[in-house]
Amino acid sequence: MDITSPSFKENATRAIGDKSLQKALGNVERGFIYKRAKAVAAVPAFETLRDAARDIKNHTLAHLDLYLEAYADKVAATGGHVHFAETAADARDIVLDICRRVEAKTVTKGKSMITEEIALNDHLEKNGITTVETDLGEYIIQLRGEHPSHIIAPAVHLNKEQIEADFRRVHDKLPPERNLDEPVALLGEARAVLRERFLAADVGITGANFLVAETGTSIIVTNEGNGDLTQILPRVHIVVASIEKVVPTLEDASAILRVLARSATGQEMSVYTTLSTGAKRSGDPDGPDEYHVVLLDNGRSAMLGTPFEDMLRCIRCGACMNHCPVYQVVGGHAYGWVYPGPMGSVLTPTLIGVDKAGHLPNASTFCGRCESVCPMRIPLPKMMRHWRENAFARHLTPPSERSGLGVWKFLARRPALYALATGIAVRAMALLKPKGGRFRTLPFASGWTRHRDLPAPEGRTFQAMWKDRKAGK
Amino acid sequence: MSGRDAVISRIRRSLGVAEDEATRRLTVARRLETAPVAPQPAQAQSSPAERFDLFREKAEAVSATVTRVASPGEVPTEIADYLRGQNLAPRIRRGADPRLGAMPWKSVPTLEVWAGPSDGNDPVGLSHALGAAAETGTLFVTSGADNPTTLNFLPETHIVVVAAEDIEASYEATWQRLRTTHGKGTMPRTVNLISGPSRSGDIEQTILLGAHGPKRLHIIVVG
Ligand code: SF4
Repeated sequence: MDITSPSFKENATRAIGDKSLQKALGNVERGFIYKRAKAVAAVPAFETLRDAARDIKNHTLAHLDLYLEAYADKVAATGGHVHFAETAADARDIVLDICRRVEAKTVTKGKSMITEEIALNDHLEKNGITTVETDLGEYIIQLRGEHPSHIIAPAVHLNKEQIEADFRRVHDKLPPERNLDEPVALLGEARAVLRERFLAADVGITGANFLVAETGTSIIVTNEGNGDLTQILPRVHIVVASIEKVVPTLEDASAILRVLARSATGQEMSVYTTLSTGAKRSGDPDGPDEYHVVLLDNGRSAMLGTPFEDMLRCIRCGACMNHCPVYQVVGGHAYGWVYPGPMGSVLTPTLIGVDKAGHLPNASTFCGRCESVCPMRIPLPKMMRHWRENAFARHLTPPSERSGLGVWKFLARRPALYALATGIAVRAMALLKPKGGRFRTLPFASGWTRHRDLPAPEGRTFQAMWKDRKAGK
Repeated sequence: MSGRDAVISRIRRSLGVAEDEATRRLTVARRLETAPVAPQPAQAQSSPAERFDLFREKAEAVSATVTRVASPGEVPTEIADYLRGQNLAPRIRRGADPRLGAMPWKSVPTLEVWAGPSDGNDPVGLSHALGAAAETGTLFVTSGADNPTTLNFLPETHIVVVAAEDIEASYEATWQRLRTTHGKGTMPRTVNLISGPSRSGDIEQTILLGAHGPKRLHIIVVG
């Protein structure tokens, strides 16, 4: 997809003036915030469950090489195929090769942010393979030629009148006088249209919420059942997942599941949690003949051992964006790439480069709500603050290092330079700090401050705070 | 260098670890072997006496319906009654599961019963669950020669039979049950954890039942 993150300011300004978008975004509070609060309040031990989930991921990341090896060996032992992909291009080619070998014409897809990250649909379509998104929200935005505006509610930016217009335009064989006033009629129509596509598909592609090292299992979590029809009906099931999805055991996956749905949709458990291990067994009356897992790195291994390692705990629940005052007014598309909201502001610069996504960490009021609701206790504001300092420091970095984590690494190896670069910038901003601690205009973020006041940074740098944290202060 | 070696060695470099560190290997091997249980919420620790009631409360909260019969022999009549109550045709498709096969289907002559996987034309599917976790009213249904996975998703109505004694307190206890039936580290192709009928909130965040999977989930607890 085209990256428009560099125009975040323009995107945001446009979004704020878009009446229909503003109406749709009004559903976020009713749909997510209230339900999460209720689900969390119903579990007195919720804070303990968050700690447990965080600890499991930290343990796994510290031993990621070994758990990945154990996982891959186990998949092979159960008759599945594991493909390691270092880059997005590698992953696209691996999937295309499999599709070509089995002469696939149509591919159905369960909802997967990783396949958005690697722009898989475009690649398959360019090579003559039809891709059909089957999650209702994903289906709707595919009809519109758009990308998800939310990691779990891809069509949250749309109103039902817009969806009705798209259905009438695309499902043009159906009687034009049919009534599509109610959401339930739209759902019924999509269900009927997609049923045909499920039954006709040659390959089904899903993501994974977890990969279990103990058993070589991939797990998807859905509410619609589309992910299941995607993976049981075609001859071939391909899972595309990033390396940090691995957990040691079924017990570990269970502990994280307890915070996932509650944080995401306020459900105690999503409707379908599906564990897949290998291809269908001899005697099984249904299921795929082949099972492939494409394990994507795409810059993640380089995040280990840096202050961004914490981001690899993310389970893509979406709570941080639901609760973000910036996301609530600009929506997901303004962020200009795959991952919106606070998690996107942290992750996007590491994946596509700080040159392209350097604005995103400015899309924050540093109110701290994202961190307070993140089930994995990821310190999102701290990391955004770091990227912001990084943007000031960038002009000190040679061009070869000036992408993604390169900047951080370059400066991390030169602590004096880093301290100078960021310290000067941060202290300068602190000195300029107006009464009340909020800037009303800033030269680098005028599109943003036109609508919101930007809190001034505290007078310390991320690196100084990171050092304190490492020292256990 | 293969993709695998490249990715794994980059991880080791970033973590600052070597391949052959015995303590790390031991830690990982032990965790995979012992599968320690993390702290659980109170609702995952119900006593056997509380369990059925909690299971029913949680399953009903996610729009499933639950009934309880005393013995497997009563299941066919219960199914016929349920379908009549829902105004559905008395025609079901079930897997070859021997527990279902042993039920007295002939005792309800009006009920048409087919066995085998679904091709999408069956209005009602019937499965037997391995067990359930009371904490969230979640059924655990395993695939195998006897239990086609298509029955869980293609029919508009899904009926699941589960033995009362197989309802555990938590997910973890149900994994232990699976390890007993299949062996540690061995899994059927598919395990479906099912909590209520399928739903979508993708249109204006309004929750609608019956997205791509079943519109109705009816659970029959036996014993
Ligand atoms: S950063 Fe935290 S809150 Fe945001 S999506 Fe990831 S896990 Fe959820």
